[in-house]
Amino acid sequence: MLALISTILAQLAGDGEAGMKAIGAGLGYGLAAIGPGVGIGIVVGNAITAMARQPESAGVARTTMFLGIAFTEALALIGFVVFVLLAFA
Amino acid sequence: MNVFALDFPPVNHLFDWPSFLFADNEWVALNKTGLIYLVSLVLTAGLFWAAARRRSLVPTGTQTVVEAGVEFIENNIVMQTIGPDGRRFMPFLTTLFFFVLFSNMFEVIPFIQFPANSRMAIPLLLALVVWAVYHVVGIRAQGFFQYFKSALFPPGVPTFLYVLVVPIELLQIILIRPLSLAIRLWANMVAGHLLLVTFAVLSAALWGTLYVPAVLPFAMLILLTAFEIFVSALQAFIFTILTAVYIGGSLHPEH
Repeated sequence: MLALISTILAQLAGDGEAGMKAIGAGLGYGLAAIGPGVGIGIVVGNAITAMARQPESAGVARTTMFLGIAFTEALALIGFVVFVLLAFA
Repeated sequence: MNVFALDFPPVNHLFDWPSFLFADNEWVALNKTGLIYLVSLVLTAGLFWAAARRRSLVPTGTQTVVEAGVEFIENNIVMQTIGPDGRRFMPFLTTLFFFVLFSNMFEVIPFIQFPANSRMAIPLLLALVVWAVYHVVGIRAQGFFQYFKSALFPPGVPTFLYVLVVPIELLQIILIRPLSLAIRLWANMVAGHLLLVTFAVLSAALWGTLYVPAVLPFAMLILLTAFEIFVSALQAFIFTILTAVYIGGSLHPEH
């Protein structure tokens, strides 16, 4: 494990700009995932509450839940796009 | 590229396929992505042609499957987002769903294992088609000025806030909707493909050196393959349902 870390650190030290890019990409995606993570949790949790309270309207709740997930998830995906652009482009 | 001292293939090798047909031609060429799209097109058209060829009151074989699919679209997408007058969009939404589903599903089919939608071209094209459709539907249903009025001025907003709301709504219907539609599909497929490749490379590298620990990433690979089947279907569903929501918003502005 230590050897692995030192290999990675050596790679970073060898190419400072690429290292900063990699750190920025990782941090960027990590930060972008926090909000959508919480948001999707709230969406799904409340949808489950709705389905448990009114099982007869579970269909509507499920459809709306997927819509909410899709809109919330878009933020995380934009973070992922930034990650791809920084890490590979 | 070197990740955790493993030889990870450069990302271009994962997504950029060389042309194998008309490779020297400047305008027309065919590579794996294009071939997958053609196959999905033929699959979508063939499925519905096979189901409609011998129609019977009591469905058998292909017709059962297709009827289940169409009923799913009707009950879970059209009825809940547009309403009964959305039935005329059923052909559009159904073909959209099945085309996206088939081109996604190649992500997990052995020996092909490439989600065609992880290239931006076709998701963006589909999103632009959807963009054109919901604008045309809205303008035809409400008239040009009424459509933009109801889209840009949502009711129940305090007057002074319109300064803020109108530019956001304009940006939303012109730019954000089609872009987020395309990026959502594309980024999900890219992420899924990268995930599968990472664990496949990890298993192969561990199997080549240490043998036994390779079981762990391989188990993860199998789990993720199942998860990616779910994601492929879910993304096709979400693409279709958002299309239906945008069309429904153009048809019935009061919602």
